[in-house]
Amino acid sequence: MRLKRPTIPYIIWMAVFTVIPIVLILLYSFTDRSGNFSFEPFIKAVGYTNVFLNSLWIAFISTVICLALSYPLAYFMSRLKRSTQNLITMLIMIPMWMNFLLRIYAWVTLLQNNGPIDTMLSLLGIHTQLIGNQGAVIVGMVYEYLPFMVLPLYTVMSKIDYQLIEASGDLGANMFVTMRKVVVPLSVPGIISGVTMVFVPSASTFLVAQYLGGTKDIMIGDVIDKIFWSDQNTGSAIALILMVAILFFLIILNFFGDEEAIAT
Amino acid sequence: MKQAKNDMIVSLKDIYVEFDGEMILNHINLDIKDKEFVTILGPSGCGKTTTLRIIGGFLEPECGEVFFKGEKINGVPPHKRNVNTVFQKYSLFPHLNVFDNIAFGLKIKKTPKDEIKKRVKEMLSIVDLKGYEKRSVSKLSGGQQQRVAIARALVCDPAVLLLDEPLGALDLKLRKNMQDELKLIQQKTDTTFIYVTHDQEEALTMSDTIVVMNNGSIEQIGSPADIYNEPVNAFVADFIGDANILNATMLGDCRVKLLGVELECVDKGFGVNTPVDVVIRPEDIEVVPPEQAKLVGEVVDVVFKGVHYEMTVMVGKCEWIIHSTEMSPVGSKIGMKIIPFNIQIMNKLFLAEENTFFAEVVSSSESENYIEITLEDSTIRIDGVYYEEGARLMIQLPPKALSIAGDGVGDLNDVYIESVIFKGEHNEIILESDKQKWLMQSDVDEQVATYVPLKFDFNQAVIKPVEAKDET
Repeated sequence: MRLKRPTIPYIIWMAVFTVIPIVLILLYSFTDRSGNFSFEPFIKAVGYTNVFLNSLWIAFISTVICLALSYPLAYFMSRLKRSTQNLITMLIMIPMWMNFLLRIYAWVTLLQNNGPIDTMLSLLGIHTQLIGNQGAVIVGMVYEYLPFMVLPLYTVMSKIDYQLIEASGDLGANMFVTMRKVVVPLSVPGIISGVTMVFVPSASTFLVAQYLGGTKDIMIGDVIDKIFWSDQNTGSAIALILMVAILFFLIILNFFGDEEAIAT
Repeated sequence: MKQAKNDMIVSLKDIYVEFDGEMILNHINLDIKDKEFVTILGPSGCGKTTTLRIIGGFLEPECGEVFFKGEKINGVPPHKRNVNTVFQKYSLFPHLNVFDNIAFGLKIKKTPKDEIKKRVKEMLSIVDLKGYEKRSVSKLSGGQQQRVAIARALVCDPAVLLLDEPLGALDLKLRKNMQDELKLIQQKTDTTFIYVTHDQEEALTMSDTIVVMNNGSIEQIGSPADIYNEPVNAFVADFIGDANILNATMLGDCRVKLLGVELECVDKGFGVNTPVDVVIRPEDIEVVPPEQAKLVGEVVDVVFKGVHYEMTVMVGKCEWIIHSTEMSPVGSKIGMKIIPFNIQIMNKLFLAEENTFFAEVVSSSESENYIEITLEDSTIRIDGVYYEEGARLMIQLPPKALSIAGDGVGDLNDVYIESVIFKGEHNEIILESDKQKWLMQSDVDEQVATYVPLKFDFNQAVIKPVEAKDET
C-alpha cells in the first residue's frame, strides 16, 4: 500500500500515542518487577476479580439509567422548534464545561450527612446514609455521563423524517406502537454510540468512587490508580484485562446493532 | 336529507387554518362524494396539502368542522381514522423490507399471519410488484417506491386514500404510466381517492372531479370538462390548459367588445359596459382568410407540436396563441373566427382600473417640494408635490405605475403576489398587502405566492386633497 504524504503525521501520531503505549502495557503485563517474562501480574490481578466485576456492574447500571433518562428527552428534543432544540443542547453541554472534579465535589456537598438532601429527608423523618455507597457512585456517574448519551441519541433522532412517524400513525399505530416499531429501530445507531460512550468511560472511571463511594475499593479504575505507582506490572495487567473486556463488549454491541439493522 | 348526506364521504365545513399569523385556508367548504377520484389542484402555497392533512388528521383547523360519513371527526387522531395517506416523499420505513412495509398496518390491526400474507401478495400484484417481497425499500427505484407506498396505504382497505403529489419526483414517462395505473387501481379497489397536485394535466387525466384552489380558497369545483370549458375566472382558465385571456367589455347580453371589435357570445347577465375577462382556447380559433373575419392578425411564430401547429399571432399589440392542424407561414395575415359558444366570459378577479388609497401627510417641506405619507406602517416620500402636514390625500395609481423593486427596497415591502396572468400585451399581476389589493401591469413574469417589495411611480399618480368624510 502506498502512503499518501499527508497521512504521515497521523501515522506518527498513532504510533506514538496509540500503538507504543499499548505495546508497553502488553510488555509490563507479561513481565515481573525485574523485567523477566512472567504471568505473575495476572495472578495478582485475579485477586481484584470482585472489584472488576463490580465496576462492570456499576457501569452497566449507570448506562441503563442514562439510556432510560436520555431516550425520552432526546425524542422530545428532536420534535421541538429548531431554536429550542439548540437552547436545550446548550443547557446539556454547559455543565460539561465545568471541571470534572468540581462537579463531583458538588455531589459530595449535596449528599453528605447534614447536607441539603439529608437535612430535607430528616425533616420528613427519613434517616439514611446517602453517601459512601454504590448508589452515590451511580448517581455521580449518571450525572457525569448523561450528556454523552443524550447527544448521540438526539443527533440520530433529529434525522428521523417526521413523515415516517406520521406515516406510522396514518397506518393505525398509536404513539406507543410507533415508538416501538419505527422510532426505536431507526435510532439503534444512536443507542449504540450512546451506550459505548457511557459504558466505556464509566467502566474505567476513577475518582468518582473515591469521593462518593467511601473508602472501599469500588471501581477498578481506582484500583489501577492506587497500585500503579507501586506495581506497574499488575496495574498494566488489570488495564489490559479491562481493555479486552471492553473490546468484547463493543463487539457484542455492534453485532447486535447489525442484527437490528437487517432484522425484519 | 339523510340520503344526500350518505353520498358524501368527507365534508369540510367552514375550515379556517392559520400558521404563524398567516392565513392558509380561508373558510373553505368541500364535499367529497364516495368512490370518486377527486383532485385538489392549485399552485404551490395555495393550501391544497393543508386541506389533505386536515382530512388525514395530522392538522386540526383553527375553526370549522370535518365530517366523515356524516360523523364529525375533529380531534380524532390519524390512527383512528379510516383514511390512509400516500406521502409526497413516500415515507417508506427504511428498516423494513417491501413485505413488512406493506404489512405494517395489518400487523398493527393484529390480522392473522396467513391473511396478511394473502393480502400483501394481492396488493403487490395490483401495483405490479410481484416477487419484490424481500427487497430492501432503499434499493427500489422512485416509481417502485411509489407503488409500495400506494400498496402500503391501500392494503389497510381505507374508505378514503389521500395522495399528496405522489408523482412529483418521477420522470415524465413514468408519471404518465403511473397516472393510468392510479386510475385503474382506484377503479379496481373502489376507493375514494383524494389526490393533490399542481399539475393540471395530471388532474385532467385522472379525476372525476377537480377542485381548483388558490390562495387558501376554492376557486371552482367541477368535472375536468367543466373546468376546462367553463372556467369561472381568469385564474382557473390560466391554470388549466393553454388559454388566450384578454380584457374585454361586456356591452350587454351576448355582446362583448374585444380589442375594439364587437363579437357575439352566449353569456348573459353581466350588465352593460362591464369590464370582464375573456378566455378563448387556442384550439377554438378557426383560421380563415382575413376578409372573412373581424379579428385579423399577423403570424409571428410557428412551432410544430406533433398533433397541431402552435402559432403566435399578433393582433395589433396583443399576442394570441392558436392551435391549428394547418400551418400559416410566419409573416402571413390571417383572419381569426371564433364561434360565440367558444368565447367564455368571466368576472374580473379584481375589479379596479386604478389603485386608490388614502393617506395623511406626516411631514412635508415647501422649499424642497416634497411630502411624506405613511401607508401600512411604511413611510413613503413623494417628491414634486407639496401639501401641508396633516392634509388628507387621495392617491390614485394606474397599474402601470406599480413595479417590483429590483434593488429589494420598495415603498411597501413583503407584498404577496396572488396571481399573474398574461393578458396578450402584458402581465396582469394582483398583489396583496396587509390592508388592500393592488393591480399591477408588468412585462416581466413574476412568481406567484411569493413576497416582493413593491415600488410606486408617483409621477403617474393623481394626488388630490380630500376631506375625511369623502373617504369611502
